[in-house]
Amino acid sequence: MAKVTFSIWRTNESGGQFQNYEAEISEGMVVLDAVHQIQAEQANDLAVRWNCKAGKCGSCSAEINGHPKLMCMTRLDDMNLDKAITIQPMKAFPVIRDLVTDVSRNYRIKKKIKKFKPRNPDASDGTWRMYQGDIDRVQEFRKCIECFLCQDVCHVIREHHLHEEFAGPRHMVYTAALEMHPLDVEDRRKELKTEGGIGFCNITKCCTNVCPENITITDNAIIPLKERVADRFYDPLMKLLSIFGKK
Amino acid sequence: MAYETFKYDVLVIGSGGAGLRAAIEASAAGVTVGVVCRSLLGKAHTVMAEGGVAAALGNVDDRDGWKVHFTDTMRGGQYMNNWRMAEIHAKEAPDRVRELEAWGAVFDRTDDGRILQRNFGGHKYPRLAHVGDRTGLELIRTLQDHGIHQGIDVYQEYTIVSLLKKGDQVVGAFGYDREKGLFKIFQAKAVIIATGGMGRIYKISSNSWDCTGGGISIAYHAGAELIDMEFVQFHPTGMVWPPSVRGLLITEGVRGEGGVLRNKEGRRFMFDDIPDLYKAQTSTDEEEGWRYTQGDKNAKRPPELLTRDHVARCIRREIKAGRGSPHGGVFLDIAWIKEKIPNAPEHIKRKLPSMYHQFKELAGVDITKEPMEVGPTTHYIMGGVKVEADTQMTSVPGLFATGECAAGLHGANRLGGNSLSDLLVFGKRAGEYAAKYAKERGEDAVDENQVNEIAAWALAPFERGSGGENPFALQDDLQEMMQDLVGIVRNENDLITSIEKLKELESRSAHVGCTGNRGYNPGWHTAMELNHMLTVAKAIAISAKERKESRGGHFREDFPDKSNEFAKVNVTLKKDGEGKVEVRQVPKSEVREDLKQIIEEMK
Repeated sequence: MAKVTFSIWRTNESGGQFQNYEAEISEGMVVLDAVHQIQAEQANDLAVRWNCKAGKCGSCSAEINGHPKLMCMTRLDDMNLDKAITIQPMKAFPVIRDLVTDVSRNYRIKKKIKKFKPRNPDASDGTWRMYQGDIDRVQEFRKCIECFLCQDVCHVIREHHLHEEFAGPRHMVYTAALEMHPLDVEDRRKELKTEGGIGFCNITKCCTNVCPENITITDNAIIPLKERVADRFYDPLMKLLSIFGKK
Repeated sequence: MAYETFKYDVLVIGSGGAGLRAAIEASAAGVTVGVVCRSLLGKAHTVMAEGGVAAALGNVDDRDGWKVHFTDTMRGGQYMNNWRMAEIHAKEAPDRVRELEAWGAVFDRTDDGRILQRNFGGHKYPRLAHVGDRTGLELIRTLQDHGIHQGIDVYQEYTIVSLLKKGDQVVGAFGYDREKGLFKIFQAKAVIIATGGMGRIYKISSNSWDCTGGGISIAYHAGAELIDMEFVQFHPTGMVWPPSVRGLLITEGVRGEGGVLRNKEGRRFMFDDIPDLYKAQTSTDEEEGWRYTQGDKNAKRPPELLTRDHVARCIRREIKAGRGSPHGGVFLDIAWIKEKIPNAPEHIKRKLPSMYHQFKELAGVDITKEPMEVGPTTHYIMGGVKVEADTQMTSVPGLFATGECAAGLHGANRLGGNSLSDLLVFGKRAGEYAAKYAKERGEDAVDENQVNEIAAWALAPFERGSGGENPFALQDDLQEMMQDLVGIVRNENDLITSIEKLKELESRSAHVGCTGNRGYNPGWHTAMELNHMLTVAKAIAISAKERKESRGGHFREDFPDKSNEFAKVNVTLKKDGEGKVEVRQVPKSEVREDLKQIIEEMK
């Protein structure tokens, strides 16, 4: 089958550069297959992070021809193979080596978000009742595989480097899953406004466009959270009530 | 040489469902806990589990209960199971599932707002709590999001190379961090191995990168006994095309929702061979089978929902007989349900969203319109480290094992859905008893000589450099060989050849080399990992040769029937004083009388 050129980012002492590799490709191959083939045959020390190769774990995030994608779900058949295919690490995170980035920041942010706190059980046997219609939205958010492509593409993080000021789309989705969980009684609105920096999002929907799980991040998670924050802090009546210590 | 050293009461190696559940429990018992994750947190192979978690909640069919679940598990395992583990598992699984809900899991619901349960192969009643077809993700994420607030230290992208011992006792582990490649020492009063399976020693596998059998290997080299290693589960439905996704799992949930298997002649070939053990509860009528999948309590299950070992062999038979699909599989059809229900495409997308996407994106197939092509794929190992049923302690003091790397619960064949419940039930127990053990023990320093020896071994591939064997090429050869000779159908000659070939591969592995430096170097990691993969491959081949009968996941064409003699023993392996594999047939313990009666009553 066809020989294709892959231009892969390799780090070195002075930073890094693209290096070209040729690989034979076959029908149905995905980008991660090509990277593995190059790793096995030409560059044993080519660093790439991957686990499931089935679009379920969210480990192999990278930028392919400039687009943030999962390498395991990007088919070569869909691409123009006449030109070299570029593969580089996610830009919004520090590079560890080659295609591998340091995403530990995301784990630190998540840990700061207040954990799930359920209401008292509904039944005497300690269980709850929830209806499918009430959990559809939360289940959409819980599809997230933590690939962090949304964090990568978000211009607040990527271009403006507001890593400390803005929690980013993944953590908005995580917070939304907690806030809209029918059993949860915690209130995270203050933190969303302050530490989370939800105001920085100006709803360009870039995150929604790259989500491999097709989560409607902006419309279903971020905008409703913005509304909740607005209700809490900017609604004149609520403001008055809050003076008297109401939630 | 002094390396960075961390001290814990309990060290958990592995961060999938079992490891995280164990860590949460140990931490709750008030001991210090460290968890070593080979990958990033939340990425372990558990994330790929699809169909559900088996627990006799009785939410959909109130005739279900622990006794039925226990009996189904024993029957599915061809009575090779550790009966005590099967009992504990059936009794405790419901609590473990309900607990997840208290920690934030959001399972699909029944009409009256309770946890919904679905049908699965070998389970008499709808028993699998699930979230569409991404139950594993829900489980691991729930444990992860709960666990990070429990004061557990997590070491992401660290790999353990070997356990450290003092006398008979395990006192810690030796590993490295992937980012920099620096050696790290974990000193611990108790160590829990929760490293999952070994699918990656086969060419066609549903398993992720992590599943190299590393934990089984380090336990074996530390002196722990392994049992049932011949029992490997080949899941009947893996993708067969395109080549790059060959082996990727298609959930049994497809069949649970009414999907049927056909050969190229359009025949539902599963009706052609129904094993005696299941005749009483399997339908011989297509229409009745459909009614079963739609919740008719009086209908019997269709033969597509027979146990995985049997379905996999029937598929192989069709392919061998030339009745397969164009790419060497058979057809799995869920699209046909449009004849039965309105809005079938929407229904399929809602019930099986990730299957829909997987086929659409990777194979260009719309499963709501056309059938899938499927074939068997290496999926799970029933065997592993031998453990005490109640405590999950191995034969080595201070060493515990839980989840897929531990053996016993599933016998000769695992039922779908019993894996996620296994992780929860026995992960919790491992954590509980490891913490108890740690509290009763003092601290032991690690032996520096042992540490230096392992460090020298680990660095040897760099000395051989580019002149050494390519580790990836060797890994490929191993996977091909296991697929060809120790696969779904086995015989004495192939197994003898495989053991010979493993010796060759082993001697080649002593010459693997790697280039570059120690920072995030996959060539180096693979060079070290080969040792574990070869150890586990050898254990499987030797055990398979020893068991001269066919049972569950182990099928010998030269001994196609079950044998009464082998029904009574576990093939047990141990590393002897000279480093060789000692093979024994160890008699199984007699099933407790009351449990025997339950099995009898439910026949």
